[in-house]
Amino acid sequence: MATVELSFTPLPAHVRTARLVAAAVARRSGVDESLLEEVRLVVGEACSRAVEEHQLHCPTEPVRLALTEEAGRFEVEVTDTSARPAGTGPAVSGGFGIAVIAGLADDVQISETAAGTSIRMSWPSAVTAS
Amino acid sequence: MALEDFVDLKLDHHTKDGIEIVDVEGEIDVYTAPRLRELLIDLVNNGFYQLVVNMEKVEFLDSTGLGVLVGGLKRVRAHDGSLDLVCTQERILKIFRITGLTKVFGIHDTVDEAIAARKSEK
Repeated sequence: MATVELSFTPLPAHVRTARLVAAAVARRSGVDESLLEEVRLVVGEACSRAVEEHQLHCPTEPVRLALTEEAGRFEVEVTDTSARPAGTGPAVSGGFGIAVIAGLADDVQISETAAGTSIRMSWPSAVTAS
Repeated sequence: MALEDFVDLKLDHHTKDGIEIVDVEGEIDVYTAPRLRELLIDLVNNGFYQLVVNMEKVEFLDSTGLGVLVGGLKRVRAHDGSLDLVCTQERILKIFRITGLTKVFGIHDTVDEAIAARKSEK
């Protein structure tokens, strides 16, 4: 049930770190080797998007990444707290980033609130119950 | 800090048969992609409109990298040029496939093949 949380300054340079941490925790959670590359890519995309949002709206606020292994699923949640001014349209729109996330994540949920956007993605994990 | 010294992205380029070959090595992501963008803009500004980007040594490519390649393609096309890719790595090709970009770029197995394809089109 280990949860790893990471929060980082919204700078592009830290996205690589976030990717590496996510891939390491995914491996530790028993996510199949063949899926690790996807986890790395998709988490990177979600973090890049959050970094971009923060740089536009709240450059001093950290981006949050939570990694959880529960009930045979490895779950990743990337949260941005960029409170967008009303009327600026959806935070999660088109672009290659979302196409990559939608194309590769096994399961994606995007929730947008006034406080920001959270992208939750999960993959099957296979940690043997002990 | 020593960790900061790792090679994240290495760029090189040379001319072969009148086509500029751009060798990319390492990770193209939101942090490093601006360097590739600058190089492509630089080449176009210096009159190189026939480009082949060799991605065989690319370890990681994200959507920012895709955006830079599409931007490069747009630039060379404005001069009736071309930007072809060399890539045989399945994990990289997959990203082009899910974003529909395999229809936009000529993707070849080797640099020589990319050059030959370009020459035969002329």
